[in-house]
Amino acid sequence: MIERKSNVFLIFLLAGIILFGLMLLHAAIRQRVDMPLVRQRGEIVRVLGISDLCLVTEARYTRHPSLADLNTPFQDHPLALEHFPSGSIITVPPHLKMQANR
Amino acid sequence: MAAIEKQRNIIEFTLSSLWKRKGKNIALVVVYTLVVFLLASVMFFTHSLKREASLVLQDAPEMIVQRLVAGRQDSIPVSYMESIRDIKGVQSVQPRLWGYYYDAVSGANFTLMVKEELKDQPGIVVIGNGVSRHLASMKDDAIPFKTYKGDYLMLQVKGVLPAASELVNSDLIQVSEEDFKKIFSITTNEATDLVLKIRNVKELATIAGKITQLFPDTRPILREELLRTYDAVFDWRGGMIMVILAGAFFAFIILAWDKATGLSAEEKREIGILKAIGWETSDILLMKFWEGAAVSLSAYLLGVLSAYLHVFIGSAVVFEPALKGWSVLYPQFKLTPFVSAYQLATLFFLTVVPYTVATIVPSWRSATIDPDSVMRT
Repeated sequence: MIERKSNVFLIFLLAGIILFGLMLLHAAIRQRVDMPLVRQRGEIVRVLGISDLCLVTEARYTRHPSLADLNTPFQDHPLALEHFPSGSIITVPPHLKMQANR
Repeated sequence: MAAIEKQRNIIEFTLSSLWKRKGKNIALVVVYTLVVFLLASVMFFTHSLKREASLVLQDAPEMIVQRLVAGRQDSIPVSYMESIRDIKGVQSVQPRLWGYYYDAVSGANFTLMVKEELKDQPGIVVIGNGVSRHLASMKDDAIPFKTYKGDYLMLQVKGVLPAASELVNSDLIQVSEEDFKKIFSITTNEATDLVLKIRNVKELATIAGKITQLFPDTRPILREELLRTYDAVFDWRGGMIMVILAGAFFAFIILAWDKATGLSAEEKREIGILKAIGWETSDILLMKFWEGAAVSLSAYLLGVLSAYLHVFIGSAVVFEPALKGWSVLYPQFKLTPFVSAYQLATLFFLTVVPYTVATIVPSWRSATIDPDSVMRT
């Protein structure tokens, strides 16, 4: 059966599609299993009054992006270049840009 | 059955034809897989993080009021609380004391926060799992803190926050107000910011407006703004995301360009011979369709599956150096795989469809020319 290249390809395609289905199944199971943990994190956020996720700890404006201001990333001098890698991933929160309108 | 057998024969011939140029085609599939892997990894990582943030931060404070001095956040006088509490619709106002502590020994930044329950228990801290891992401190161990006056304060670990919550409190150290003020030499009656509870969430914007009218030096931040922060935080305009997307985009353009600019002389001759021995134009287009589909489908399946393993089993190790940056303390967390059919379909139409079309179009041009003239050239 595997002498024909077309059979090998179709088996590969079928295996890929099955793995794809298993991936979606795994994602659905993990979502269900992790939901109590997500709720637990939410409860900790409520009890401790946390405002941001702890993704990076190198700079305060990326540790707590929602509480930062537009000047903090350039605090060294007015034309300072971004020197924290996370600063080039985490963009400016929308509410900081809209402050002038408030 | 005859139709299926015909398709199988065409696939057989297509694969044999691809195998004749196996070096080039294997390299093509590898690069293509890498492009899909990068795109899918960014998509899975950012989408899951955004979804997690929207679920977890639903219970974040309804409103936080900061004070700004010369464009930067500063301490807010506790006396502001009285006037804010009097605003109609405000249920409660609580001062928060928190700040950043740089540990010179380990080089890590911690978030120090006052815990109300530790009010009568100075000398005790509750630490996040990341802090515990980083300082190798467990329950009942003592941690030295260098105060802003230069002396040391030893605080005993009362407990470690659960590892499952590292995504929100990995670097957190909860202390008593007395110890917090000792560490940062705070003598005034000020808070870092104020946390408000509002009776009716529909009034949040109105109350925020009243606060800024009363105290023009303050800045209220609403919960929906916290949530929106994480919706926009990994925007495609973010520097590194832009670099990854641009890299993937140009790599894909090169792949498609290679196909769309026409066929090699060998491929043209092959088409000419096939037509001369009786293949229809539709058969040749079908062969080219399977050629494009074999390459792009293989790359799509391999790329998406490896991206899933990378992000949700391997904790996105490729992105770790960028997220870690110069920080010493890095939270360890596994994202919940919030993967949707919409994401996968978007990726499919962005990668598989254009490549397959780019393969068929030049073949159609060659397949419609007289076989005699193709073979002669």
